[in-house]
Amino acid sequence: MTSPRRRPQLMRQRARSAWLFLAPMLIVLAAVAGWPLLRTIYFSFTDASLADLEASRWIGFANYFSILQMPSGRVIYDGLLVDPVWWRAVWNTLRFAVISVTCETILGMIVALVLNAEFRGRGIVRAAILIPWTIPTIVSAKMWQWMLNDQFGIINDVLLRLGLISTKIAWTANADTAMFAVLIVDIWKTTPFMALLILAALQMLPQEIFEVAKLDGVSPWRVFWRVTLPLIRPALMVAVIFRGLDALRIFDLIYVLTPNNVQTKSMSVFARENLFEFDKFAYGSAASTLLFAILALLTMLVLWLGRVRLDRGY
Amino acid sequence: MKFPHAFLAFALGAVLAAGPARAVDLSMVSGDTGVGQKVLREILDQYEKKTGNKVTVVPMPPSTTDQFGQYRLWLAAGNSDIDVYQTDVIWAPQLASQLVDLTEATKDVVGAHFPQIIQSQTVDGKLVALPIFTDAPALYYRKDLLDKYGVKLPATWAELADTAKLVMDKERAAGNKDIWGFVFQGNAYEGLTCDALEWVMSNGGGQIVEPDGTISINNPKAAAALEMARGWVGTISPPGVLAYQEEESRGVWQTGNAVFMRNWPYAYSLGESEGSPIKGKFDVTTLPPGSGEGARPAATLGGWNLAVSKYSKNPDAAIELVKWIASPEMQKYRALNASYLPTIQALYDDADIARKQPVIPRWKEVFLNAVPRPSAQAKVRYNEVSSQFWTAVHKTISGEGTAADNLADLEVSLTKLKGAAW
Repeated sequence: MTSPRRRPQLMRQRARSAWLFLAPMLIVLAAVAGWPLLRTIYFSFTDASLADLEASRWIGFANYFSILQMPSGRVIYDGLLVDPVWWRAVWNTLRFAVISVTCETILGMIVALVLNAEFRGRGIVRAAILIPWTIPTIVSAKMWQWMLNDQFGIINDVLLRLGLISTKIAWTANADTAMFAVLIVDIWKTTPFMALLILAALQMLPQEIFEVAKLDGVSPWRVFWRVTLPLIRPALMVAVIFRGLDALRIFDLIYVLTPNNVQTKSMSVFARENLFEFDKFAYGSAASTLLFAILALLTMLVLWLGRVRLDRGY
Repeated sequence: MKFPHAFLAFALGAVLAAGPARAVDLSMVSGDTGVGQKVLREILDQYEKKTGNKVTVVPMPPSTTDQFGQYRLWLAAGNSDIDVYQTDVIWAPQLASQLVDLTEATKDVVGAHFPQIIQSQTVDGKLVALPIFTDAPALYYRKDLLDKYGVKLPATWAELADTAKLVMDKERAAGNKDIWGFVFQGNAYEGLTCDALEWVMSNGGGQIVEPDGTISINNPKAAAALEMARGWVGTISPPGVLAYQEEESRGVWQTGNAVFMRNWPYAYSLGESEGSPIKGKFDVTTLPPGSGEGARPAATLGGWNLAVSKYSKNPDAAIELVKWIASPEMQKYRALNASYLPTIQALYDDADIARKQPVIPRWKEVFLNAVPRPSAQAKVRYNEVSSQFWTAVHKTISGEGTAADNLADLEVSLTKLKGAAW
């Protein structure tokens, strides 16, 4: 009779101290993430202007969607949900995220597999490959901006000398190559990050499996698909989700390389432009809110997909 | 963040109260680059010596769009770290509510400035910023190359394209592979609004939004002007011009790789500096007019001003600093050392300036053709108007859609933006 009563008490005590230990973190999180997020969502339902934030009035969903009846009888649809510039930004961002993360995963995998092998000077190569990741994005974006410069850039110079192009290409100015240029720089920068995460997963694998596979004479290609890949899949998923979320927030690189190009304008760049440059703080808040909603939705989707497939025991 | 600042201010206040002299520390932001930044520092050094106050310059990126976003944010947050802002001529209506009214404090000096400039900085009867230098672009040209091929200075935009093509082709045939005919600012940013306003205006196509608020941009003359500019890209101008701001175009120009350039006065003294490959080989003139009815030379009015933040802790000292930098003596110093155009009328007849910077008195002519951007009409929505305009122009000159279509779309979106009234 005594033990069932004592145990809940103990549990309660432990739960209490757990909350106590968690409290500082929760409070900090609420202050630096929760509160700004709530403020942004609130502002997206108002007509706030940066000139005087306190004077904002509640206007409901008008920033997202509204129907205006003109005196002439014409009906106009207005708001973020029917703004072609916004949808262009959404499309740009998604396209950027899918292409960059795919390339980074494949390249990162190759690099990790190479680095996982034993060879002389592996330590130095491992350190060297991390350099692009350690350079701050603003710095590497500026650096690439000069390298991609049409008149003085080293990229055009090299390609010209090799005879691969006949005229200098304006990488960041040309509508067809602007996104390509942004992708190149992002892949260059983030492949090391993927490689590092995948390498960490590879090094956790027990070597015996590979020895057995070798003894059985299984081809390396089959070993990779049937053994290595399934085993590192959980870690790979985490890496891909990390990178994917990061890529969907892409801002700094595009802001430096091609700030106002319609072809590369991402959701974050769109939000910033409305928030601070135009007199549309509320509209920009609505864009930020939608960006948050899209990110949250995609994260849940990816997590859910990953869980289902894991449960099936692949 | 608030607490340490308050603490610092308190500590500083205590020190100041204890000390005999009432010296204050001021901060100002400036997006000037190169020689402009250096000359500003020298002007401030003279001020510090005279008053005992200290002034810290917070350097900003040269892009006016970037600066505006940052200043807007600081002002919205009521930031008191910055006392004096260096503001672009187009910002006055957008920032007016957060800047100190200078009317009273400067009524003894405003009379010496160009009245149009003072007018541009006056919002609802309140002077929000005092001009320190003005800007109007000119056409830079390589007189050595024009002489070499015996061609005259072009009198219209069409002639400019022909001349540029001719000189460029002959120079390339002579082995100068990297030469281009004409460089300007084609990146999608405020600078493109300036350049394109000149093309449209000089072709008789109006000024986007007219002084009475009507949206005039969708007209055949404006479309013709943009089609003309589209024709330059890839023929007389490098394709990369679509990503050039001022410094990129000056890069091509100053390495001797362009026959013509559209740029602001700052490029003059840099081109004439020691070690410049084009030193003594170039000159400036007014930008050419278009052709046909209503054509006239046009130069977008630029220029920078100093404003005092409403949140400054030392507004009186800040106003004194603004008046010091804007004074005729300092404007002359700046003109002599950095070829910046004064906003004081009398300085255009100054003998020292005429001797050391002979180009400045001649800029008065450029200045007479100056066209303001529609910032006074569009008020707080100016940035969006400008962004929509430069987007339409950038699309046109990159070959996405015809000028007529893009301008028709622009008219629709500007009308929507305007709503019932600006």
